[in-house]
Amino acid sequence: MEGADGAPQGRQAGYAGGVKPAPFTYHRPETLAEAAEMAASLENARLLSGGQSLMPMMNLRYVAVDHLIDLNPVAELAGITIDGGRVSIGAMTRQRAVLEDETLARCCPVMREALGFVGHVQTRNRGTVGGSLAHLDPAAELPGLAALLDAGITLRSRDGDRTVAMADFPRGYMTPDIREGEVLTSLAFNAWPDGHGWDFREFARRHGDFAMAGAASLILLDRDGRIARAAVVLIGIDDGPVRLSDVERMLTGETPSDDLFRAAAALAADRPMAADALVTETYRRHLAGVLARRSLAVACARAANGGGHA
Amino acid sequence: MPDAPPKRKITLTVNGREYTAEAEDRYSLADFLRHALGLTGTHLGCEHGVCGACTVLVDGEAVRGCLMLAVQAEGCQVTTVEGLANADGSLSPLQQAFMDHHGLQCGFCTPGILTTLTAYLRDRPNADEAELREALSGNICRCTGYDTIVRAALAAAGAMREGGQP
Ligand code: FES
Ligand code: FES
Repeated sequence: MEGADGAPQGRQAGYAGGVKPAPFTYHRPETLAEAAEMAASLENARLLSGGQSLMPMMNLRYVAVDHLIDLNPVAELAGITIDGGRVSIGAMTRQRAVLEDETLARCCPVMREALGFVGHVQTRNRGTVGGSLAHLDPAAELPGLAALLDAGITLRSRDGDRTVAMADFPRGYMTPDIREGEVLTSLAFNAWPDGHGWDFREFARRHGDFAMAGAASLILLDRDGRIARAAVVLIGIDDGPVRLSDVERMLTGETPSDDLFRAAAALAADRPMAADALVTETYRRHLAGVLARRSLAVACARAANGGGHA
Repeated sequence: MPDAPPKRKITLTVNGREYTAEAEDRYSLADFLRHALGLTGTHLGCEHGVCGACTVLVDGEAVRGCLMLAVQAEGCQVTTVEGLANADGSLSPLQQAFMDHHGLQCGFCTPGILTTLTAYLRDRPNADEAELREALSGNICRCTGYDTIVRAALAAAGAMREGGQP
């Protein structure tokens, strides 16, 4: 067998048959400043983080770039810092590191519960927090967490830093508010007080698949057992995560009960739902209601239990 | 026809042996292992991160070889299925368990499953069945129905707990 250039194919012959992405030039910045400079100056460039979404899109040639800027060597972008109640997660922190961080699991247990749904062991070893936020799949767990926790997302460009509230970050289907030349650097939020209840759950046909719908909640009870503060998010139902402020208002001041959860779930489901080839709007609405009800019940039970596993 | 894209030299260690070969920037690590180094034990099924057949260990951790570029593995320690057997060529306890429990039929998915489990059982030798099933959720097998794979993995975990490497 001979290749296009007349050389035999196979071992050490420069075999090109397995190549999937269109050609590009690979760049390896070592500092954030260098990465931002490249992002600003290179034409038709993409930033590569864990590659668990971008590489498939490049292999399928949905995405073709002239320059790929690899953020993996940029050590300053990885790491979790927890200072008082303030949590900051560097964009290049691996999903596995978030899942396994014990301090984070204590102050923000919903993180660990949610990260267990992110892909598989192999993809969590490479996949990053920043990559998931920038990719912004409608069913992705990390954007849902960012919405649940009122997180801010910080972006670095040649001109300095800019922080966007997660509520304003999605601009449309898989379109984050990241401008030309910006590098996503971190996700930061205030942890909820000790003793809060939490829950994250989703429905997928196979574990690790993108969810058809998912729900997450945080609950803080007052001394009389009434809901002092609530945060509820649905994922997979719209272009981005949907924060349910109407449901949160309904819950605040109330005493948890099955009737309350049912009413909250009805309100949660009472909004437009995306439909696709596999999931009709009606079915997705049903899933969203069931997931929201179960999520609130577990979060409230955990809060009643002082934040321990109920 | 435009000129062929330029190549660069990549040096990395695979199964304890250092290799240097050339590749275009767009070569995946899995293609590089197979076509530049001739290590065809690593299989490619979907080439977009879904099937897990291409799983190799990079610096000890299981990753999808089709979603990592060869240039990104410069200087890394890579382990493929060819590197799992004992030094004398006998099967590792994990490989032996797959043989004993019919953990493979056609064997296409097996390299990815063995590498995945090698790292997983190293970190969690006490893994139970539910954990092992979750750990294997990123590997697709079209032959076995998974039950024999899980049985083999549980047997390997048991053998490893009694002393021994994966
Ligand atoms: S070939 Fe890499 S996951 Fe299928
Ligand atoms: S043994 Fe044939 S695909 Fe798994």
